[in-house]
Amino acid sequence: MGITQILFWLLSVMALFSALMVVTNKNPVYSVLWLILAFFAISGHFLMLNAQFLFIVNIIVYAGAIMVLFLFVIMLINLNKESEPRKNIWIKFAGALAGGCLLLVLVAALRNSDLKGQVAQVKEGSIGLIKNLGMELFSTYVVPFEISSILFLSAMVGAVVIGKKE
Amino acid sequence: MPINYYIFLAISLFCIGIVGVLTRRNAIIIFMCIELMLNAVNLLLVAFSKMHHLNGVAQGNPAAGTDGQLFVFFIMVVAAAEVSVGLAIIVMMYRNIHSVDVNFLNRLKH
Repeated sequence: MGITQILFWLLSVMALFSALMVVTNKNPVYSVLWLILAFFAISGHFLMLNAQFLFIVNIIVYAGAIMVLFLFVIMLINLNKESEPRKNIWIKFAGALAGGCLLLVLVAALRNSDLKGQVAQVKEGSIGLIKNLGMELFSTYVVPFEISSILFLSAMVGAVVIGKKE
Repeated sequence: MPINYYIFLAISLFCIGIVGVLTRRNAIIIFMCIELMLNAVNLLLVAFSKMHHLNGVAQGNPAAGTDGQLFVFFIMVVAAAEVSVGLAIIVMMYRNIHSVDVNFLNRLKH
């Protein structure tokens, strides 16, 4: 068992455990902190697949920007115990059952698929480096890139308009 | 690594996100579970892009698999825009009904 496999299992267990803690934790602030850990584990997977650009972007955008936004909102709206939602055990049971059924169906469908002998390249391959992705992004995908800047502008205007006190 | 491991890891993360969306009633936690599901799909896309790259190099196409990683980039862009608008909506909702419980948002039902 090489170092790659040890790292894979370590990161996978970390991602799954922190995702479970996000779902089961009562306090939203702890959920955000566990979600940051889950994003770091997924970023570690990106780094192991040698997708260095996506590794950096995932840490900056998700673990940096989006999670700080979540924390700001949670601290802004001051969730105390009175606003804690009522519990209904049957709804939780039904939700867990539905998710478990989906997991079962997907795993059973993909267990013996044609992809069984295929291998994802780890630790090497220059495809995820910033040079290759940049060349492709600014030649083939330049129009979607510009459209995404318009999307950001409209999202910013929308957030300001919605959040403004009337 | 075999691609199967990545597929099952991504499926597990996605299903944990779905269970979170179905069981929790706090709008912020539902939003966080949606982010978790997006990240599971991103992980699977990157793994498939590396698999496709390995097959493409064997057939003399060194740029195979670039598209998958760029799709992940665009998913991140759209997720960032979505989060900014969605959190503004949640703050607005808290200001109006003083709660982030999605059970109180059933006015469309009546």
